[in-house]
Amino acid sequence: MHERKLGDVVLQAEGISLSFGAMRVLNNVSFDVHQGEIRSIIGPNGAGKSSMLNVINGVYHPQQGSITYRGETRQQMKVHQAAAQGIARTFQNIALFKGMSTLDNIMTGRNLKIKSNMLQQAVYWGKAQKEEIEHRRKVEEIIDFLEIQAIRKTPVGKLPYGMQKRVELGRALAAEPDLLLLDEPMAGMNVEEKEDMCRFVLDINDEFGTTIILIEHDMGVVMDLSDRVVVLDYGNQLADGPPDVVRSNQAVIDAYLGVSN
Amino acid sequence: MSSSPERTNASGTAELNTFPKLLLHHAQTRGAKIAMREKDLGIWQAWSWSQVLDEVRALACGLAALGFKAGDKLAIVGDNRPRLYMGMAAAQCLGGIPVPLYQDSVTKEMAFVIDNADVRYAVVEDQEQVDKLLEIREENPSIKHILFDDPRGLRHYDYPFLDSIDKGQEMGREYDQANPGFFEQSANSSDGGDIAIMLYTSGTTGNPKGVVLTYDNVIITARNGIIREGLTENEEVLAYLPMAWVGDNLFSYAQSLVAGFTVNCPESGATILTDLREIGPTYYFAPPRVYENMLTQVMIRMEDASRIKQHLFHYFMDLAKRVGTRILDNKEVSAGQKLLYKLGDFLIYGPLRDVLGLNRIRLAYTAGEAIGPEIFDFYRSLGINIKQLYGQTEGMVFICVQPDGEVYPDTVGTPAIDVEVKIHDSGEVLYRSPGVFHSYYKNPDATAATKTEDGWVFTGDAGYFAENGHLKIIDRAKDVGKLLDGTMFAPKYIENKLKFFSFIKEAVAFGNQREYTCIFVNIDLEAVGNWAERRNLAYSGYIDLADQDEVYELIQGCVDKVNEDLSHDPLLCKSQIRRFLVLHKELDADDGELTRTRKVRRSFIEERYAPLVEALYAGVPKCHIETQVKFEDGRTGMLAADVKIREAKQFTPVAKAS
Repeated sequence: MHERKLGDVVLQAEGISLSFGAMRVLNNVSFDVHQGEIRSIIGPNGAGKSSMLNVINGVYHPQQGSITYRGETRQQMKVHQAAAQGIARTFQNIALFKGMSTLDNIMTGRNLKIKSNMLQQAVYWGKAQKEEIEHRRKVEEIIDFLEIQAIRKTPVGKLPYGMQKRVELGRALAAEPDLLLLDEPMAGMNVEEKEDMCRFVLDINDEFGTTIILIEHDMGVVMDLSDRVVVLDYGNQLADGPPDVVRSNQAVIDAYLGVSN
Repeated sequence: MSSSPERTNASGTAELNTFPKLLLHHAQTRGAKIAMREKDLGIWQAWSWSQVLDEVRALACGLAALGFKAGDKLAIVGDNRPRLYMGMAAAQCLGGIPVPLYQDSVTKEMAFVIDNADVRYAVVEDQEQVDKLLEIREENPSIKHILFDDPRGLRHYDYPFLDSIDKGQEMGREYDQANPGFFEQSANSSDGGDIAIMLYTSGTTGNPKGVVLTYDNVIITARNGIIREGLTENEEVLAYLPMAWVGDNLFSYAQSLVAGFTVNCPESGATILTDLREIGPTYYFAPPRVYENMLTQVMIRMEDASRIKQHLFHYFMDLAKRVGTRILDNKEVSAGQKLLYKLGDFLIYGPLRDVLGLNRIRLAYTAGEAIGPEIFDFYRSLGINIKQLYGQTEGMVFICVQPDGEVYPDTVGTPAIDVEVKIHDSGEVLYRSPGVFHSYYKNPDATAATKTEDGWVFTGDAGYFAENGHLKIIDRAKDVGKLLDGTMFAPKYIENKLKFFSFIKEAVAFGNQREYTCIFVNIDLEAVGNWAERRNLAYSGYIDLADQDEVYELIQGCVDKVNEDLSHDPLLCKSQIRRFLVLHKELDADDGELTRTRKVRRSFIEERYAPLVEALYAGVPKCHIETQVKFEDGRTGMLAADVKIREAKQFTPVAKAS
């Protein structure tokens, strides 16, 4: 392996607390993410991992704390701001258009990049035509990258689960994100599919320099891929550091293996 | 032979006796014509003959700049990519010898060939192959330089002996400028008797052997094939079979360079059927399993079609069965049926051929294994001229080919142009032809054991000439054995009969020096899975499905039919299958159970599953077994199962009514 050189801090979560009524989901969580890093968030079910991603891309608005993204500090992000600033994500439960082809689904990820107006697109003329060809090329590069040429024209509803996950990743990539949020990209996959997905995550990070925040349950995967790991348990931050350090942390071991309190 | 050489457009002049010369010739005479295509980013990219020459020239000069000398071996590893074929040509232009390797072989197998062939340079497809070669290089530092096509994932590989093909070509262009005339001089100095290529046999028994072939071997045989079938420069072929296999080298490289036709490389291994349809090849080769798979797909999809479509399909397929092959062979058919067939062609056959990507086929070959008569007739009755050929690496493929209009499912045809065939006293088939190989590389003993001094080659196959003068192959000569009572036992013959059922993917027959015949069966997951779905049988995967009683019933039906069939054969009626089992695991080349060309390695399987074989002959109804399996990444795991054993129905032998 080559030496990993990490860039400046691109995202800083500072004292994030989030509640739904009396239910406290996140409690004073703080961590940072460096440019080009693969950062994992782990924790048992209900630890607040997905909520944390939702805070980062503006779906949830925390009661306390702030997010600093590329030097701009906000108490809350708005979803469209997050998207416009180059944050893309995949979901724990696949959220694709089932009746549309792989190609069209990934094309929807280009939405924010389309500059021509609806009328121009409708008549498919001039600028719109040129633009569409460029977008199609970009989408084809992603199809090539994810090795899904064979399902290019297949409606995603007909695809097996592992393939749908890959298409969803493709759609997130279509936005050419600087920061990619992956919510359990390997859940429910078999060993071979997991290995493929790991390779794609590493290749995305490597080829495009994309910063990645990853939620994952498979410890082997997390330890292999991540530069640093944040551990959450019932909304509390248990640990933060490189995989080796986190793995030997007693509080983490207890949370995962369970101890009588 | 009736075909006239003029039709070929093949460059038949004496000077064009090597691939470098042929390439220069095509670039000059048909420079703008498309030589190769590859689908990339969803679009078919094309190279004209002059562009191919440009790239080959740059690559050859790049290799020369890296120290590649005449006589050096260049390994080619990867899927069918234009730049890998160009690598082959580049080596030949330098007087070097390309050695294509099977791209899915594991590191150990690859290391053997690299070492055995004295490979010094390699042109490979991607990271996967680079990783394997780097591993091999740790043990065997004789590899001087590696060039790769696809840079993905290789950005941080910092080795002085590793570069992209682009980089290699860049160096080559500089070298070319600094050494004007070098390339032409080198390319034109090749001669017909020089070594053109080394192809490794798949190694059904023991280590693979390097078959050394000269330009004369390859080019004369390729040209004879072109003449016999009347192929032209306008053919389109799809290059999708392993580059290491002699057939791909003949159809996608040698014949393309001789006739000047176009080779198309698919986008990826998974898109072949789509690419086939988009290209619509005119000349096509596929092993029987590909035709089987296509037919299975068609049948599965027809079962989901609407009533009217099903009805139309069956009506016209029945008609095709009766008259289709006769029409294809220009035999007499009544005017009414001809008209009806025309209608069928408009409604069913044409659209079906189009969906299969076989609409423009003028000539399709199959070989390697026996093909089921029903499968064979299905395609022929659709108007697709599919023919069997018989050949092997040692003879640059062509030994026998079925002539147009004389196509019988159970024979492999008559000898190809310039080929002599005879049957040895032992029953083994021998041949002599211009394609007969030079030698096995560094293996004079094996060469002497296979090739006689006057050029006859032992094929290792047992066969005989039928009354119509066509060659009929029974089995591998060494596999033909005897049951304990002394009657002939031809395992492959029985296995093939079983494999003609779409539910059975592989079969392994045992019986040599035993009391009776027993078999292992691998079910076809797709066909049986679909059958199970229709009957609402739930299953979780291959192992579960293979174990179900209903599936055993289904397979029993097939086995019984084979027995009934065997009972009609006076020679083989004693070989009726007594007991059988459905194997809990799919036979796999990675586990050494099949060769890379998917032939069963019977003795290896017998050893590996010894408890099961014992149980078959011990008469017990069930057997527990644990098997080690190897995954693609080289790791291993254990697989345990209780395998059921069933008895097959026996039929009293019937004398054949003559």
